[in-house]
Amino acid sequence: MESQIILLVFILVLSIFLGVELITKVPSTLHTPLMSGANAISGITLVGAILSSGSSELTTIILGTLAVFFASINVVGGYLVTNRMLGMFKKK
Amino acid sequence: MDISILVNLTYIAASILFIVGLKMLGSPDTARQGNFLSASGMLLAVVITLLDQNIIDYRFIACALIAGSIVGYFAATKVQMTSMPEMVAIFNGFGGIASLLVGSAEYVVSPLDNSALMGAIYFTVLIGGLTFTGSLIAYGKLSEIISGKPFLYKGQQFVNGLILLAILLVGINMLFIQGMISPNQTLILLISLAFLLGVLFVIPIGGADMPVVIALLNSFSGLAACAAGFVITNNVLIVAGSLVGASGLILTNIMCKAMNRSLANVLFSGFGAVSETNSGGGEKQGEVSPINAQDAYLILEAASSVLIVPGYGMAVAQAQHAVRELGELLEANGAEVKYAIHPVAGRMPGHMNVLLAEANVSYDVLVEPEDVNPIMETVDVCMVIGANDVVNPDAKENEGSPIYGMPIIEVDNSKTVFVLKRSMASGFAGIQNPLFFKSNSRMLFGDAKETVSTLVSEFKG
Repeated sequence: MESQIILLVFILVLSIFLGVELITKVPSTLHTPLMSGANAISGITLVGAILSSGSSELTTIILGTLAVFFASINVVGGYLVTNRMLGMFKKK
Repeated sequence: MDISILVNLTYIAASILFIVGLKMLGSPDTARQGNFLSASGMLLAVVITLLDQNIIDYRFIACALIAGSIVGYFAATKVQMTSMPEMVAIFNGFGGIASLLVGSAEYVVSPLDNSALMGAIYFTVLIGGLTFTGSLIAYGKLSEIISGKPFLYKGQQFVNGLILLAILLVGINMLFIQGMISPNQTLILLISLAFLLGVLFVIPIGGADMPVVIALLNSFSGLAACAAGFVITNNVLIVAGSLVGASGLILTNIMCKAMNRSLANVLFSGFGAVSETNSGGGEKQGEVSPINAQDAYLILEAASSVLIVPGYGMAVAQAQHAVRELGELLEANGAEVKYAIHPVAGRMPGHMNVLLAEANVSYDVLVEPEDVNPIMETVDVCMVIGANDVVNPDAKENEGSPIYGMPIIEVDNSKTVFVLKRSMASGFAGIQNPLFFKSNSRMLFGDAKETVSTLVSEFKG
């Protein structure tokens, strides 16, 4: 258990540094699509929601199913709206 | 066992797609493909998760997935570009509540004596909950369901302190000394406190500071997903969540720098309320010189360089299409037209850029303050459309001003400034703007869209 948590923390720390490096270079023109695109990625919690929703415990199923609902709005809406915005960015 | 290796390899592939996708979002030429890659990563992660052998019943998952997708689809395709800030706010909130629900769902089936797991659940529920209600309040403020003014009351810090203390105590109870209250009560108490904290955290923040809040809530929605990753020991949640957490924090930092304020100052000072007392009852600074559209047209017609400075007022008036048309006519007339966009103009990072992109303005004529300020003396006409604080010369000249030190677009250095404004009512933060009283400023009163349309018809004339 302990070694597993250390591994997860290790991944966490590296990902944060990676995120910082990736985003620092984004021009301000793209800040809104970046935010909504990143927001869609945060809907990854959908993966956890699906697992809870498929559980055998009734309370977990109810909470998990609600989570699937909200997370899928976040994912589908987030990606589509980002795509729609980016489609408008044109150069002459 | 085989299937779990396949699942984890797929999660790695999904993580790579997220990372490459985010990287490609960094350039306008590749951004769309980047978003597509990131979406493919998500699809991959979801599909492989559905193969998990521990899933007993797919009916609920399928219903919720379909219902959520339909809602998301309609929200994303129907939303007006001017409403984008509240859209992003509410999506952040949905991400937060989803993480809270995952944390709660795991809590009811988890052994209470596993401190590491309890800690992860604690943070998931806490961050998810405050992201949810914080985003709802931000949504309310942005869509003007509730007042955008900062809401301050006496003893605010004290109340916030008490709530933080209570949250800390619940945490200690959850992690170390179970049994003071029942597990269900603990969970409900924690959720309520997280909700309350979210409300109290956003309610004192004024509309003009919303770019900071949205960026911060964006970061929180990622951190909540990341914490949920620790609850279910899932790498892809941790990687994706912390990428979003980091990106949100960087945006928050950029927004704070653009206002020359610390994050703590934005969150706790209730900007508008403070400035009202500081500006000392708004002493008169002189007379403004109004101008009508016909005379403005004559000046614009003779101008060889025009700088358009849009602000939130342009979004409110939905004037972006008329502005683009005017810009094209000016270009056809031989003038060089640029758009100067302040990082905090509007209600979320990049708000003005999206609106102008919607109106078909090419993104290579959008410039940042540090690009135009050095050449401001050579600009014939600056058109300030619904912007106020970001062009306020007090930020450079008046040390007593609450916005002193904030980097601004120095339009007062250009030859002529047109300020398109509805009336002389002071701007959002309630600060006087001496720009209006400068000798090279001309006020074009009225609705921004109507004024710009009048100018357009003068040109077509």
